[in-house]
Amino acid sequence: MNQIIQEYGIFLLEAMGQTLLLALLGLFFGCIIGVFFGLLSVVDNKVCNVISLIYVNIIRGVPMIVLAFFIYLGIPYAVNNSEWFKGILSEPLVFTALTAGSICLSLNCGAYMAEIIRAGIEAIDPGQMEAARSLGLPYWKSMFRVVLPQAIKNMIPSIVNQFIITLKDTSILSVIGFPELVNKAQNVISITFKSFQVWIIVGIMYLIIILALQFVAKMLERRLNRGRRHSH
Amino acid sequence: MAEDTPIKIHVENLHKSFHKNHVLRGITTDIKEGEVVVIIGPSGGGKSTFLRCLNRLEDITKGTVIVDGFDISSKKTNMNKVRENIGMVFQHFNLFANLNVLSNLTLAPLELKKANKEEAKQEAMKMLDMVGLSEKAESYPHELSGGQRQRVAIARALCMHPDIMLFDEPTSALDPEMVGEVLAVMKDLAKNGMTMVIVTHEMGFARDVADRVLFIADGVIMEEGTPEEIFNNPKNERTKDFLNAVL
Repeated sequence: MNQIIQEYGIFLLEAMGQTLLLALLGLFFGCIIGVFFGLLSVVDNKVCNVISLIYVNIIRGVPMIVLAFFIYLGIPYAVNNSEWFKGILSEPLVFTALTAGSICLSLNCGAYMAEIIRAGIEAIDPGQMEAARSLGLPYWKSMFRVVLPQAIKNMIPSIVNQFIITLKDTSILSVIGFPELVNKAQNVISITFKSFQVWIIVGIMYLIIILALQFVAKMLERRLNRGRRHSH
Repeated sequence: MAEDTPIKIHVENLHKSFHKNHVLRGITTDIKEGEVVVIIGPSGGGKSTFLRCLNRLEDITKGTVIVDGFDISSKKTNMNKVRENIGMVFQHFNLFANLNVLSNLTLAPLELKKANKEEAKQEAMKMLDMVGLSEKAESYPHELSGGQRQRVAIARALCMHPDIMLFDEPTSALDPEMVGEVLAVMKDLAKNGMTMVIVTHEMGFARDVADRVLFIADGVIMEEGTPEEIFNNPKNERTKDFLNAVL
């Protein structure tokens, strides 16, 4: 174990950096996508609701590994074989593993975040929105000043949970060759054959990141609850 | 009510359906400025739905509703503007749970640029004083009793300086000993000339403050008249049955 840490410690730490980079990109864009589709699913407009429903169901219904191969290999293949695209593109379309990986992770995380946001908003008493509207406040002002602040507080545990899942899901993107922790661990094993030790080290590294994330989330939650305790 | 008092709310042949459920079946009435109209009737008869059509919290299926000169049965009318002049008080108070009492009162005036921070705060304190709760300005809704919450809700609506106030069973969710404090505030409002439409089960209050009582059942106005006419001398069989059951 010591020998592996000495020889490959830096190598694995770099891989962990790549894991974190991918996770951050996925979470950042995932949150934006999630807020967008989450709001789309609660507005009083059937077309918006259906668009959001379709997106969420496609992503939830397809394994992320399939989505990863589709984005990384499938889309460039289709584009580069289409006469129409050939006319526009000066050179063939190629996604780096980072680009394809973060698109895939963002889409995946976004769908689950959208569901969390939808459920969080729907859990707020409709009377809150009605009272705001009855005062003459427009829909989005009522949403952002009254409904969302209450909803977000309730969503935090689910959001943290989704962050953890997305962080762990980065490991799936080892299949498209993105140099994250699992991918690099396999390299180390192919040289040293010490799979028992390497997987323990990798497991502990994930564990540390996730415990740190949980710690930060708890601090944040406590901060948000300070001064305004929960109602009812 | 004098004959020449201007009409505040004009309702003509109002219908409202929820899917196949035909709740309002042609309601026609005029409410004058400063008039206090109390609506009574059995549950499920359409009282609350009628009230909620007056600020279009419910979409209007058919008919005409004109409030303050705005045709709110038209889809094109900017409801946000109209609602600024119609205060509403709900059965379950609906105070904003994430804001303290003061912010509950100042949110709409500030967001809608009706006042600057200082003015809004002063106005809010004045209204809180009026409902007897100025010492609760910094409290959160969950720290108040039901009666206090409802008085804050009334103050919140008044901060927009509405000329019409709608009350949807404002005392139905209250413990009996808190009903009086809320009715007292409403009585003050009525005395000061506010146009009010009130759905309530408080018959004593109705008799006391109403200029006119509407008995609504099965989605129509079955009978209307002064409190004396309705309570002492009901003509309609349904009204008689209802009053016998509740009085």
